[in-house]
Amino acid sequence: MQLSREALLRAYRQMKVIREFEERLHVDIQTGEIAGFTHLYCGQEAVAVGVCEHLTEDDKIVSTHRGHGHCLAKGCDVNGMMKEIWGSREGLCKGKGGSMHIADVDKGMLGANGIVGAGAPIAVGAGIACKLDGKGAVAITFSGDGACNQGTTFEAMNMAVVTKASCIFVFENNHYSEHTGFEYAVGTQKDIASRAEAFGMKVWRGDGTDFFSVYETMREVLDYVRAGNGPAAVEFDTERFFGHFEGDPQRYRGPGELDRIRELRDCLKNFRRNVTEAKLLDHADLDALDAEVLEAIEESVRQAKAAPRPTAQDVLEDVYISY
Amino acid sequence: MTKMMYRDAVLTTIAEEMERDENVVVLGEDVVGGMGTPGGPEAIGGIWSTSTGLFGKFGAARVIDTPISESAIVGAAAGLALSGKRPVAELMFADFIGVSLDQIWNQIGKFRYMFGGKTKCPAVIRMAYGAGYNAAAQHSQAVHQMLTGMPGLKVVMPSTPADVKGLLRQAIRDDDPVIFLEHKALYGVTGDVPDDKDFTIPFGHARLSRAGEDVTIVSTGLLLGFCEAVADKLAAEGIGCDVIDLRTTSPIDEETILDSVEVTGRLVVVDEAPPRCSLASDICATVANKAFASLKAPPQAVNPPHTPVPFARELESAYLPSADKIEAAVRKVLSYR
Repeated sequence: MQLSREALLRAYRQMKVIREFEERLHVDIQTGEIAGFTHLYCGQEAVAVGVCEHLTEDDKIVSTHRGHGHCLAKGCDVNGMMKEIWGSREGLCKGKGGSMHIADVDKGMLGANGIVGAGAPIAVGAGIACKLDGKGAVAITFSGDGACNQGTTFEAMNMAVVTKASCIFVFENNHYSEHTGFEYAVGTQKDIASRAEAFGMKVWRGDGTDFFSVYETMREVLDYVRAGNGPAAVEFDTERFFGHFEGDPQRYRGPGELDRIRELRDCLKNFRRNVTEAKLLDHADLDALDAEVLEAIEESVRQAKAAPRPTAQDVLEDVYISY
Repeated sequence: MTKMMYRDAVLTTIAEEMERDENVVVLGEDVVGGMGTPGGPEAIGGIWSTSTGLFGKFGAARVIDTPISESAIVGAAAGLALSGKRPVAELMFADFIGVSLDQIWNQIGKFRYMFGGKTKCPAVIRMAYGAGYNAAAQHSQAVHQMLTGMPGLKVVMPSTPADVKGLLRQAIRDDDPVIFLEHKALYGVTGDVPDDKDFTIPFGHARLSRAGEDVTIVSTGLLLGFCEAVADKLAAEGIGCDVIDLRTTSPIDEETILDSVEVTGRLVVVDEAPPRCSLASDICATVANKAFASLKAPPQAVNPPHTPVPFARELESAYLPSADKIEAAVRKVLSYR
């Protein structure tokens, strides 16, 4: 199905926001002004956006430690997120969560998660809730090739099948679990989807560096799950442009690998080439969006730097609703 | 008032709350029992008989029999709670908490704080705990000590059928995550239970089960009954004991303990978990800090030893705090100086 001009522009903008948000973080982290651990999603934008462009606020997602892309794609506020990562009390989580724990439950974003593999069981519960509500909503858990080795992921896949939860397991295979290669750490040595298949789920596969591949694949997956057929899984082959964490020297990369994937496997470049060759959009459309997004990110950093800091008293707030 | 067993207080409270609020759902291993067998659903009805009949009454959508998957059970409860439901998850044996610990400790207990207070996680995680059945090291433990130390969780340890009713209803209606610890040796105990379907007991309010002016005894769960027996025996000798049932270890009712010690000057804390970094050591430290001037004797803790729970009858008896050990501790604080 052909996407409208508005939908194409929106998809590109969403991917560009994630890219520039993180490219900027990569720069600002090196100044030492941003505290803590940060894991960048750059390179995988087509997955988050290709999935979330299908979703409404009734649909839930559960994310990972590499969660900025999922948060932004699901509608979390750019300024609120930047303030959170800068540790402001005006951040989306009042400076209590930071990069690894951004959530916006009202928007169906049930949290990034610092524990690899912890999200899948939570998504099963959310998927059971979707089934109970009977409105066709779904819960999606994003997992990498690292999380696919956790027992929690196995438990969650079986539980989803047994309970017929309206749940989708999106596996983003970026070929690295932290600093270890996919071929070493994933025993199948070929894919992740076959594991999901072994748990009794229908599975799909797509190119995670191509927005259109992700988007069209997800349309099928979502139609299947929204129709009440129980859970499903999909694996997207994708690339991680930065290290596991910011500061990772990435000595495990092959010669020229980063240049190669940035040249050949960049979802933004792929998108631009596709839509301009097909004359759906022209370069000027996309250039205008690039400039607009850069300014929006610059503004979010200005706001984050100026935003009020939390106080010692704030430590004690928000543990319980009543105690 | 109706006379009922501790286990029936659990079951009727869950049933009443499911009746009242369609968002209440039950999940756990064998909470239906018999799924996928020739015997069919409810062939068992929950190994503790705390979910018997719920499946027939409320259906498979709200009474979810799960595989043996503790992480997925607690994780699913977390996801349900974040999605507006009120899950009551059962872990069968408290000892299995190790399998699901990340979901309890890093997930449900922390969501609200990590997310800046913008969400709630009204999940209840029920589990049967405690020794007394010769079930050995992996099916007999008291786990409250670890859970009480986890910010974000509330921890409940009822000692009577009436308290089960009031505290479990409070747990299900509470907007924070609650760990509900049921002592397996109490399931068959009978007591009067209020009939009011809105009867709740607020958390953090201890119950004074015996009143006296000579010694303060603090306990929870099964051991509370041992403390009462000791207090009754000593009363015949003219020794008066305040026996305080904490009901909840998080939040904890410090005020009731401190008020009592201010009068008695003597404290014995009786705790079913091992002694190091325990509920007992915590309460002794609190009293030493905040009521030092009232103390007439060093506070005494009665815990099991720093060992796993043993199997053989003689060994388990030696392990558990008993009425004799509690009495000895009370006499020790009475005879100090």
